[in-house]
Amino acid sequence: MHIGLLHSRIRVEERLLIEGFAARGIDVQPIDLRDVVFDLVDPAPWRDFDVVIDRSLSLTHSSAAVRILETLGVRCVNPAAAISTCADKLSTTLALVRAGVPTPRVTVGLSEQSALRAVEALGYPAVIKPTLGSWGRLVARANDKDCAEALIEHRYTLGGVHHHVLYAQEHIDKPGSDVRVFVVGGSSIAAIRRHSTHWVTNTARGARAEGHAVSPELADLCRRAVEAVGADIAAVDILECPRRGAFVNEINHSMEFRNSIDTTGVDIPGAVVEHVLRIAQVSKETELQTSAGQTSTLRVRQAGMPVAGAVR
Amino acid sequence: MSQTATLETTCPECAASITPPRRVLAGEVLRCPGCAAELEVTSANPLHLALAPEVEEDWGE
Ligand SMILES: Nc1ncnc2c1ncn2[C@@H]1O[C@H](COP(=O)(O)OP(=O)(O)O)[C@@H](O)[C@H]1O
Ligand SMILES: [Mg+2]
Ligand SMILES: [Zn+2]
Repeated sequence: MHIGLLHSRIRVEERLLIEGFAARGIDVQPIDLRDVVFDLVDPAPWRDFDVVIDRSLSLTHSSAAVRILETLGVRCVNPAAAISTCADKLSTTLALVRAGVPTPRVTVGLSEQSALRAVEALGYPAVIKPTLGSWGRLVARANDKDCAEALIEHRYTLGGVHHHVLYAQEHIDKPGSDVRVFVVGGSSIAAIRRHSTHWVTNTARGARAEGHAVSPELADLCRRAVEAVGADIAAVDILECPRRGAFVNEINHSMEFRNSIDTTGVDIPGAVVEHVLRIAQVSKETELQTSAGQTSTLRVRQAGMPVAGAVR
Repeated sequence: MSQTATLETTCPECAASITPPRRVLAGEVLRCPGCAAELEVTSANPLHLALAPEVEEDWGE
């Protein structure tokens, strides 16, 4: 078995994954995306990888690399379609709405004028977010019209064009915390509750995490959420409304877990490694079966590429 | 797998001497105890450090 791991920095997460593969005797190759030249018609350098797992910090790099590798016939975790759906909050919401997964109500305005109407349609407080973004950056709560107008004017004046798609979300009156569930191959393997005195509860913003037991209902909700976006491995953020129950807020395709291992007592990197190896096994078998037909690896894997959800 | 703390280099920002606490991999980021700069390991053996790039707008989970 030969696994590639795409990275920019090697954070604790990447080191634990590399060590996890190595501990199982698996040949894992860290690939710094800043060093690679991709030849779009030459799959040869990639032929030996049974799976490539993407752990780049840069969405731009991940998305370019994984799209190219899939076209060259390499099974990637997560798949390119899942990365693009998860990375863009509008795409995530659309996928959840299509799949009938409960998610907070979202309105979208494309001009400064319609943006304000989109927010007003939700009422206050309302949440405004960049469609591309992470770690709680630029996630804003407008408590009244003055605030909404100011936020919108700033986005349209100072922001790049992708800030001109105004994504407004109803505010969920969560109880001082939200829940993050780590979902691997459709199973909820661990979860944390993130507490903060601030309404933004990202751990990157200082929230305190504690282990959280996943109920069967929550596990089912998370399974449907990752299925909706096609992710093999993801962290699902849940907002709980005391009156209306649990909503899927967003899904992270390249989850950070370093602070959740001790908190939950679950070997999260171990579970990720095991699942990647299961996918690699399927990927290898598919290739062996079809290579009897004497086609190139490129064509074989395109025809029979195991997709997310095929391995549970 | 053995050479813990046998590699040493200096901080490119403040020239403090740096010895990683354990075996490091290329791509890891260390913080300089002298000036708190974030330093990326550009080569693990021999140890080379460079100022780590700033966080970009598209970085995240
Ligand atoms: N609609 C909302 N209602 C209440 N809290 C929210 C809402 N949207 C986001 N938050 C808070 O802000 C945090 C960051 O928002 P999120 O949509 O997860 O963006 P990011 O991708 O930056 O993590 C969430 O973890 C949650 O604490
Ligand atoms: Mg989040
Ligand atoms: Zn220094």
